[in-house]
Amino acid sequence: MAAEQGTLRVKRGLAEMLKGGVIMDVTTPEQAIIAERAGAVAVMALERVPADIRAAGGVARMADPAIIAAIMEAVTIPVMAKARIGHFVEAQILEALGVDYIDESEVLTPADEAHHIDKHAFTVPFVCGARDLGEALRRIAEGAAMVRTKGEPGTGNVVEAVRHLRAVNAGIRRVVAAPEEEMPTVAKELGAPLELVLLVRREGRLPVVNFSAGGIATPADAALMMQLGADGIFVGSGVFKSKDPEARGRAIVRAVTHYRDPAVLAEVSKDLGEAMPGLEISALRPEERMQERGW
Amino acid sequence: MVATPPRVGVLDLQGAVREHLRAFERCGALTVAVKRTQDLAGVDALVIPGGESTAIGRLMQEYGFLAALAGWDRPLFGTCAGLILLARQINDSSQPRLGLMDLRVERNAFGRQRESFEADLEVPVLGEAAFRAVFIRAPYIQEAGAGVQVLARFEGKIVLARQGAFLAAAFHPELTDDLRLHRYFLSLLPWCQQLPDSPDES
Repeated sequence: MAAEQGTLRVKRGLAEMLKGGVIMDVTTPEQAIIAERAGAVAVMALERVPADIRAAGGVARMADPAIIAAIMEAVTIPVMAKARIGHFVEAQILEALGVDYIDESEVLTPADEAHHIDKHAFTVPFVCGARDLGEALRRIAEGAAMVRTKGEPGTGNVVEAVRHLRAVNAGIRRVVAAPEEEMPTVAKELGAPLELVLLVRREGRLPVVNFSAGGIATPADAALMMQLGADGIFVGSGVFKSKDPEARGRAIVRAVTHYRDPAVLAEVSKDLGEAMPGLEISALRPEERMQERGW
Repeated sequence: MVATPPRVGVLDLQGAVREHLRAFERCGALTVAVKRTQDLAGVDALVIPGGESTAIGRLMQEYGFLAALAGWDRPLFGTCAGLILLARQINDSSQPRLGLMDLRVERNAFGRQRESFEADLEVPVLGEAAFRAVFIRAPYIQEAGAGVQVLARFEGKIVLARQGAFLAAAFHPELTDDLRLHRYFLSLLPWCQQLPDSPDES
């Protein structure tokens, strides 16, 4: 009865268990406990939330392992942490710490402008960002066990998250609708491996769980992404940059559970205090747009 | 005469709901995603799926499921987080739970995700062939009461148990194509023998 660790099924399986849930960015053990109490299914351990990374500028790196370890100590739910795109040594360190999922994230400054991390080489699963079907399938080919459609992090503006989830959905519809003999050309245009394109065609969906992330600030934003087909939600700055993080966190969790029930959405949206201040995407200079990192 | 297939509810607050619905549909049962306590009225059996037990427990408490299921007497199947929520005792935790089975469980008992695994289990009630079991940050049953029947162990630890028509698994039968455990659960319902064999079973 030998046990096999780090199989695709085990890696993708944890993401399956997070479906219908909310993963919250936290920077301290106290915030992690608030997130767990609010009903988060996992937390993302960070040194700074995206809004603060954006404000601070400079090179954003993996968080201090001491912060991540303290957060892992504080809660019983899974703890994720971010490594820079292509920085496989940061990922090795996160695996050694025992984090439950590694996010190879465009929120941090990329370490490699051509290659992402070879995620098959790790026992711990990875989640990666994507803006369309081709990008999602390239990340899955590299070993990502979960996908996160990108928004524009740290803006409190949901428009980019909507754009990219719709783009992934449109890509899937195209693959499903086109005749099978066109798949090699479709795969070439997507820049994705043919076997993954054929798998999407057979199943009618991505082969891994797909959460939505980036700019989600309200229960209505979260339910919008769920109705558009997300399996769950990442909330970055939206919870702990708001006036009352615990109330907002609880409201977003309930909105994700009852995302098709406008009466519940109306109820949980009441009296939350101010949301995080938002940013207009067109006000960002091109080099400030995190979503364009990753290839 | 054709028997009406049983209607199996899967608690749909968070977690691996889709996989259980699909597995029971492949077994020939009717399924209901249970979002509200009102949805319990028409179901012959209920499944509490895997997910995060703290999140599901809080939502069950808030949306009235702990109260609605307090005297539940229809068949009930908990997998992973569902097992934790069915247990009377959870080591080092005061999290909300149903507590309908006489079990004491240890959460995240095999370690974190890095230590999660799959393995072949011997499950005598499912026949001779091994059952491929996927354990994800899984719990195990540290102590089972006198009325509990142990159905499988892994490395000596109890990972599958039954108390009357309540069934609890530490692993995820919904993540593989092997439907034997779902069928076994349906066999706890009175009219299961009438179920047709599903054509797509591998």
